[in-house]
Amino acid sequence: MDALLYLATLATLAAIYAALALGLNLHWGLTGLMNFGGAGFVAIGAYTAALLTAAPSATHVGGFALPWWLAWPAAALAGALLALPIGAVSLRLRADYLAIATIGIAEIVRLFARNEDWLTGGPLGVTAIPRPFEALGNPAGQFAFLGLVALVVAGLYALAEMTARSPFGRALRAVRDDEEAAKAVGKNPARLRLQAFVLGAACMGLGGAMLTAFFKFMGPDALEPVTVTFLVWVMLIAGGSGSNAGAVLGAVAVWAVWAATDWLAAQLPGELATRAAYVRLFLIGLALQVILLARPQGLLGERMAGR
Amino acid sequence: MAELITFYLVPGLVLGAIYAMSATGLSLVYGVIRFANFAHGDLMGLGAYAALAASQGLGLSPWASIPFAAAATVPAALAADVLFYARLRRSLPAVLLISSFGTALMLRAVIYLAFGPTPQTFGRAIVPPLMLWGLRIQERHVWIIAGAAASAAVLHLILARTRAGRAMRAMADDPDLARITGVPTEAVIRLTWTIAAVLVAIAGVFLGLDTQLTPVMGFNVLLASFAAAILGGIGRPWGAALGGLILGLAEECSSYPVVGGAPLLEPSYKSAVAFAVLIVTLIARPQGLFRGMG
Repeated sequence: MDALLYLATLATLAAIYAALALGLNLHWGLTGLMNFGGAGFVAIGAYTAALLTAAPSATHVGGFALPWWLAWPAAALAGALLALPIGAVSLRLRADYLAIATIGIAEIVRLFARNEDWLTGGPLGVTAIPRPFEALGNPAGQFAFLGLVALVVAGLYALAEMTARSPFGRALRAVRDDEEAAKAVGKNPARLRLQAFVLGAACMGLGGAMLTAFFKFMGPDALEPVTVTFLVWVMLIAGGSGSNAGAVLGAVAVWAVWAATDWLAAQLPGELATRAAYVRLFLIGLALQVILLARPQGLLGERMAGR
Repeated sequence: MAELITFYLVPGLVLGAIYAMSATGLSLVYGVIRFANFAHGDLMGLGAYAALAASQGLGLSPWASIPFAAAATVPAALAADVLFYARLRRSLPAVLLISSFGTALMLRAVIYLAFGPTPQTFGRAIVPPLMLWGLRIQERHVWIIAGAAASAAVLHLILARTRAGRAMRAMADDPDLARITGVPTEAVIRLTWTIAAVLVAIAGVFLGLDTQLTPVMGFNVLLASFAAAILGGIGRPWGAALGGLILGLAEECSSYPVVGGAPLLEPSYKSAVAFAVLIVTLIARPQGLFRGMG
């Protein structure tokens, strides 16, 4: 039973990662937008959901004890609203300016979460966040939550597939592959990019909401860039950027490897276990390089942007 | 007034000098090799820690250990180029950017593995501040500013007076034209990495001397370095240097109490200044002060 519960926990996180990877695929895979601030969009969604669903507390605004089905869409909206101004400013310019602006946005969100105690509880964070279906008790509640997350991710996947196959999706690919040609047939690249950026950020915000429900806690250091931003990049590139199925497959496969190495590292004695965390960081970087060089299209990718 | 100079303008100039050296290298790489190098910050961290190891291991003063910092960053930058970037030269700049991001994670992991996560210092002795023109100035601040000025002078001589420097500028202006007129492009690329890596190594040692060393010290100044480079006009080394000075001054002066003792901006938000400068530049003058590339 314990092993089964542990697997359910891992599967829940894998599904949440799939949501983040689908968002990044809309950014990078479909549209060619480099977002290195995933942690910022996840965090704003996470805090939105945390404050809306938590029980009232004196240490932060709210909580408002609202149900998850109100809070999760609000989290997606918060991610979208954060993306709107930043995209409007940086997407008219060179592609790499967005990458630089997004690392800034992630930093600003982290600073804000840490320093605005009245809103976010500062370093103490937001505690006592309810998880959907936990009233069902331990095994059943866990599985029901996994079911809910899986359902949401399946919905996101269906939406992402519809988007990719729609005229809108074709226009995004056109902008990614040949901006001048897209312009020549009357598309507005800046506008299309902004739409894709906002939609992908909404996806990440929703992923953040599911993460808070899973952790039942949110604080300024709960979301590390290593596991939220960088790992998702490896997942997407390994799975195959441009392909939604690749994004989901990459998320599950890379998460399985990540969780397995985590388990292995935990078996090591204290000092070595800390070092193992750094070895894993090294391996994320190396994995990115090896995939870019050896199989840039990933497992299932349509093909990597390249000449 | 003396307080403004001692506690805001001088530290601002020192931070600005460090940003300037980092941003100049970043801008050179962008101009010649044509991608935004996200590993630049972590290269700085590597240099600072290499100097720390040399200064502790050999009992050198931190200033004398600067060559050891460069001895770590130059091979690291060249190795990353040979192993990864050179094979991706025909790819889109975005792919190179992601690759440099992978390099950044690898460099940071090496720093963590070798030196651990705890902040460290060069263990400088308490030196009484110098009195210059009636102002109290830390001796290390004088050295940092002098070091940055000397680096700028050497860089100017290389870029303006040597064949290699002319070749670099030619490649930044028009890589295809440079190639067909016989500029050895791969050699120029290696030279560009070397210059950028030396500059960022010095910047790293200076930053470590002025504050402390942490494995994320370099990544923490990456955003500021990019903001400075874009403010100056990306691809323009002297623009980046000026951008760095402006940004450093802006960051330190942002906490100056102008109205009724309250700081302009809470010091805990200091690192947001770089982001604000970046956004204002992108809105108001995206080509930068000195009309950067495209």
